Amino acid sequence: MECYFDHVATTPLRPEVLNAMMPYFREEFGNPLSIYPLGTTAREAVESAREQVAALINAKNAEIIFTSSGAEANNFALRGIAFARQHEGKHIIVTRMEHHSILNSARFLEKMGFTATYLPPDKYGLIDPEAVKKAIIDETILISVIDASPEVGTIEPIREIAAIARERNITLHTDAVASVGNIPVDVKELGVDLLSMSAHQFNGPKGAGALYLREGQRIIPLIFGGIQEGGRRAGTENVSAIVGMGRAAEISKAELPLRVENIRQLRDRLIKDIMKIEDVHFTGHPEKRLPGHASFCVEYIEGEGMLLMLAAKGIYVASGSACTSKALKSSPVLLSMGIPTHVAHGSVVFTLGADNTEEQIEYALEEFPRIIKRLRELSPFAKGWGDMEEGGTCIPKK
Amino acid sequence: MYSKEVMDHFMNPRNVGEMPDADGVGTEGNPVCGDMMKLFIKVKDNRIEDAKFQTFGCGAAIAVSSMITEMIKGKTLEEAMAISKEQVASALGGLPPQKMHCSNLGADALRKAIDNYRQKQASGTE
Repeated sequence: MECYFDHVATTPLRPEVLNAMMPYFREEFGNPLSIYPLGTTAREAVESAREQVAALINAKNAEIIFTSSGAEANNFALRGIAFARQHEGKHIIVTRMEHHSILNSARFLEKMGFTATYLPPDKYGLIDPEAVKKAIIDETILISVIDASPEVGTIEPIREIAAIARERNITLHTDAVASVGNIPVDVKELGVDLLSMSAHQFNGPKGAGALYLREGQRIIPLIFGGIQEGGRRAGTENVSAIVGMGRAAEISKAELPLRVENIRQLRDRLIKDIMKIEDVHFTGHPEKRLPGHASFCVEYIEGEGMLLMLAAKGIYVASGSACTSKALKSSPVLLSMGIPTHVAHGSVVFTLGADNTEEQIEYALEEFPRIIKRLRELSPFAKGWGDMEEGGTCIPKK
Repeated sequence: MYSKEVMDHFMNPRNVGEMPDADGVGTEGNPVCGDMMKLFIKVKDNRIEDAKFQTFGCGAAIAVSSMITEMIKGKTLEEAMAISKEQVASALGGLPPQKMHCSNLGADALRKAIDNYRQKQASGTE
């Protein structure tokens, strides 16, 4: 049986989405800027997709700027606001829960003369709004807090943080790549100024993302050039991908309430049974979390081994372990939540989607405990960490 | 990402387990780094008669552990000492560049196990 449980990595493209996209590869290949009918059709398709995306998050059409990805939207938000407001101050606040596209943008801004505060989460991965308040200085111009963590599923108190930011006239951005299309997200209700999203996280195509930019909020473009996207993001539009994103947004909006409930039930079943296994720790917040997200640290074994053995059984999951990352570094998110390094190596993340079934969950629940048992039989720590508990530091060998 | 040989030794590792009556034990790595190998050897007439391992680590670390136990069985201590990490990696059909360090794990644990055996011999605890 094939079980795809890695919906934070990407999601399958819906057939309806592909159908909507198809005409714009061939017959309707026009450039939206062209004034003859071929151009008009393409422009109308982009504008109708903008309406669909705006509707998903309760924004106005003009507040949606299409980008190539969630990462681009994040880069755009951080650099675009920092440079637009630098005359007012040069301090930004981000958190240790952020994606690399935020963290590395913040580090870039530090090199450009800005200062950045990196707020740590609590053990559930939650950012305390009071901590945000305390980190604010007169020079703070921008706060960026992830909406939901793809690694531990925790949903952050964005609304509370937005109230604090508004009071101090600080621009607030949220990276909602993992949440838009998976839980109801309403920009007005959240009170954010900017929000990033990505189409392939909700059954849309790869290569399509968007940045919500609240009306009246000034931004400096990341990509200079023509007048596309109101002059805020140049480059001929990726029409078919944008159309796909629009259609995927429309489907998500219609199906979301029912889908969330189904996925949550499957996930709860998965968590309940996995937590029966000895020395398995749940990561992230138990309630304030993405409905399809189940994340754990399994002690005494390493994440990559679990991934490979699960994959051999047709079960596809993710891990924040060092060995599964190209950089060979444990997930900074897990470490910042206070999880010891040797335990973080046993990270495993199941993310469910609309295409998953009860049979798949049952199958995974049959196989996974066996795999843990097998790998623990191989481990010198099968009977506990012993005097390795303290761990210490790792000095990489050449 | 892994070769057929790596996947075979990972999925069906040879010589797994503890050896309570081992003549030499070598431990390399630590769990904070993400991999640790414990290698047990049984030595008779200067030859490695049997070898077993326990490893905490990724697929490559487990495959390297399994492969090195196979490679050293029946070898004299001198022959075993001469096994390089490159030989282990090549016996496994190669390792991805970011996993090459895993082959150190096997070679280093082996040297420690042999050293441990020789120390025991020298101090006459046998």
